[in-house]
Amino acid sequence: MNKKILKRFDSLRLEGEKARSNVIRPGSTIIQVGSATCENAAGAREIREEFRKHIASSGRADIVLHDVGCTGRCSLEPIVGILRPGERPVKYQQVSREGVHRIFTDHVLHGQPVAELILDGTQKSGSRYEILFCRGERCGNLAARGLQARLRERLEQRGVGADVVAVQGVNFADMCVGESKFQGGHFLVRPGNHLYRVASDADLERFIDEHLLADRPVQELIVQEQPIGQNFFELYGDISFFNRQSRIALRNSGIIDPTSLPEYLNAGGFHSLARVLAAGDPDGVIAELSASKLRGRGGGGFPTGSKWQMARKEPGGEKYIICNADEGDPGAFMDRSMLEGDPFSVVEGMIIGGFAIGASRGFFYVRAEYPLAIERIENALAACRKHGLLGEDILGSGFSFDLEIRLGAGAFVCGEETALIHSIEGERGQPRIRPPYPSQSGLWGKPTVINNVETFANVPVILEHGAEWFRHIGSDKSGGTKVFALAGKVNHTGLVEVPIGTTLREIIMEIGGGCPKGKRFKAVQTGGPAGGCIPATHADLAVDYDTLTAMGTIMGSGGMIVMDEDDCMVDIAKFFMKFSADESCGKCTPCREGSKRMLEILERITAGEGREDDIAKLERLGLLMKRTSLCGLGRAAANPVLSTLRHYREEYAAHITEHRCPAKRCAALVRYSILADKCVGCTACARNCPANCIAGAAKKPHAIDPERCIKCGRCFRVCRFGAVERN
Amino acid sequence: MSRFQPTNACQRQAIDESRATLPADIVDYIQKVEGQPHPESQLISVLHKIQRHYGYLDRAHMDAVAHLLGVPAAKVSGVATFYHFFRLTPRGKYVISVCMGTACYVKGADKVLEKIREELGIDFGETTRDGLFSLEEARCLGTCGLAPVLMINDEVHAKVSPDKVPALLERYAAQP
Ligand SMILES: Cc1cc2nc3c(=O)[nH]c(=O)nc-3n(C[C@H](O)[C@H](O)[C@H](O)COP(=O)(O)O)c2cc1C
Ligand code: SF4
Ligand code: SF4
Ligand code: SF4
Ligand code: FES
Repeated sequence: MNKKILKRFDSLRLEGEKARSNVIRPGSTIIQVGSATCENAAGAREIREEFRKHIASSGRADIVLHDVGCTGRCSLEPIVGILRPGERPVKYQQVSREGVHRIFTDHVLHGQPVAELILDGTQKSGSRYEILFCRGERCGNLAARGLQARLRERLEQRGVGADVVAVQGVNFADMCVGESKFQGGHFLVRPGNHLYRVASDADLERFIDEHLLADRPVQELIVQEQPIGQNFFELYGDISFFNRQSRIALRNSGIIDPTSLPEYLNAGGFHSLARVLAAGDPDGVIAELSASKLRGRGGGGFPTGSKWQMARKEPGGEKYIICNADEGDPGAFMDRSMLEGDPFSVVEGMIIGGFAIGASRGFFYVRAEYPLAIERIENALAACRKHGLLGEDILGSGFSFDLEIRLGAGAFVCGEETALIHSIEGERGQPRIRPPYPSQSGLWGKPTVINNVETFANVPVILEHGAEWFRHIGSDKSGGTKVFALAGKVNHTGLVEVPIGTTLREIIMEIGGGCPKGKRFKAVQTGGPAGGCIPATHADLAVDYDTLTAMGTIMGSGGMIVMDEDDCMVDIAKFFMKFSADESCGKCTPCREGSKRMLEILERITAGEGREDDIAKLERLGLLMKRTSLCGLGRAAANPVLSTLRHYREEYAAHITEHRCPAKRCAALVRYSILADKCVGCTACARNCPANCIAGAAKKPHAIDPERCIKCGRCFRVCRFGAVERN
Repeated sequence: MSRFQPTNACQRQAIDESRATLPADIVDYIQKVEGQPHPESQLISVLHKIQRHYGYLDRAHMDAVAHLLGVPAAKVSGVATFYHFFRLTPRGKYVISVCMGTACYVKGADKVLEKIREELGIDFGETTRDGLFSLEEARCLGTCGLAPVLMINDEVHAKVSPDKVPALLERYAAQP
């Protein structure tokens, strides 16, 4: 252990602490505003400005505006958090300019939260204390079982009511770290954010007597170590969307200022790097990663430890490490959020990776469509260079390493490793045959490791808390958590990080809140253009790399598009096939031609011109593409078709033989007509019809001329009397 | 061999011409990377800079880049045409990128698109006759949680619905 390195790091951290406390002085009221592409699109920039004005005109120096990344609660953005000293933090949703004024005057200045605007309606329960009790379900902590129920029982026996305390069951997932593992149950008490560990009824009694009834926290029962999820729970633990999640890769998103190195250091950042450099044992790092069962989060799920090992044992001095931030799956935004919300953790993971494999140069390959993420990475790299965390002789260890950003240019295939390498080299991003694998011969012919953003973000935490802990969180074969981007027809769109092995039902129905407008959940699409649809009947499937593959889809990078009864599975398959046909690089015939032919067939099926043997043709072509395409794009492009054929064959058949779209989505197959007995002749449909094909006198039943109708569906939407029929 | 050290007058003149074609900061950038390993790998970065500056890639600019970076002109246009992000024709003052990613698609992006087409009378890849708006297809802007979305120049607009389109376009058209 090289003590000098750790000392250097400690002084850096102290320096950071000082810098941070100059910005946020103890005792200040903090106004947190989300700062990310999604938050800004929802209007965060304007409200930040509005708060700034309010603070300035209040003349108060103890009110600070604090930018944080996004928490991943997209549908309710912009989100604002108010942290008054000694009080529970309050979060507000969909804050508008007027909202800012009310929040500022009522809450920030006068301590009265604005009830109607509180996130998810989690209005202060009115109780003095709030207890977030870890259910211990994720880690199988048997010692925790039953303790929550016993606490509730005792509170009841003692007559301690809701005015004093509210108890909620949550999942912490990372409380049981280190030696104290499984020694009892854990709960967080707010305000004050005391983390308790209790093992017996006597402990519970003591907690009630001293803390709840006499306001004296029981120091002996309070745990001193800071589990990584704690910061997150302190802020967001009262919200059920969040407290069922296990924030590990997203540990800092929505909590720290993503542009501030001091804040990252303060959150425990770069401690892993310092320890790794001080230990000076690259093989040890790789062994730890292998033991953690971390698998690549970019889609393939290759064990990260093995990948690093392969590159490490290649001879030769020059090696490269690359972060794949191309995030091409349309409908996935985990990587963007992570880079915008916590870029330093990815940088730290990459430096550690560079050290482990013996690289001195690395690259971020980022989509050009993500300007804010690019800006945040640039800023992080500059800050690291300035403080000796990148560049020559990092922290005095003798290890030199630097990172560069390279931009993609809107080609999905560049997410594929060999295409990505060509793109960094300044070429057209076309894949090549593997082997040789990049870990043998990659960028400029040198051994190269490519990992996904989320993979890197996990590395520092694994080394901090140990492989054993990480492995325990996930399933048998894959350790840790996975971040999913929940979108489509789901109430709570956003980022959901859960242990691998969590069921679809928990993700979509419980955390995601099911489909909006009371519609029926039909299917979920995972893995984007390379994945497939899982029907709602399989909602109890535990999500893991292998279980998804067995269902005919893939884990992919984490995009989850929820679909309801109005979505047509043939149409979705067509959507993805169009995507793949557009994005095929054209290098090999099965993919270039196969995707076009499959698209043509799908187009005629959805146009009502499907032929008897089309299903067989799709299957034959799909299997051919799978077997003979050169790269992953072509090999997986048929998955959306094959998986929907597997689960929704009857929908294809209905299109082909009955000329009917069961979901009534395919325009060519639906017909609009007006029910004369329901039509009151309000003329709304006729006035809105772009084809002018609805006739009828006012107050008399109207009628549609089916010949001229372009099936835009507007009449159906505007009729308030349910008189327009669609079938 | 660095393109910045011509050996005769004729070469010098050709290089000066190429340099004069491009904005100074881009010339400086190329000169800087010349001194680093693998300068040709910066081709895509340079094209990004040009597109950011002019809004599109012009033949003359691409030729100048080829000349200064020392790569064949055919390769420059090969790269420029391969990547969807690069535009080879000028665009309107406001570029509307409608996201056609999966999340936006299932949330009705096609209806929004139809409305924009109807309002502006243009399709993907086209520009209105007054040069004010261009319409483009985007492949997911990473704000799927707020779908459907569209971007006008650098600004992302969330949860757009067909009936919000006219006012939105009006707002831009009214800007000086
Ligand atoms: C067509 C295609 C697109 C891909 N797109 C991405 C992407 O956007 N991001 C990503 O991390 N991996 C993507 N991958 C997977 C990568 O090739 C590679 O497996 C991954 O980056 C390795 O990192 P990991 O082991 O950390 O997952 C793609 C693969 C293919 C075939
Ligand atoms: S499978 Fe498709 S994307 Fe991959 S090399 Fe072949 S043509 Fe290109
Ligand atoms: S909108 Fe409905 S009620 Fe009114 S004229 Fe049309 S069909 Fe009849
Ligand atoms: S679907 Fe559209 S075109 Fe057809 S009748 Fe209704 S409004 Fe008119
Ligand atoms: S699918 Fe439209 S922003 Fe992602």
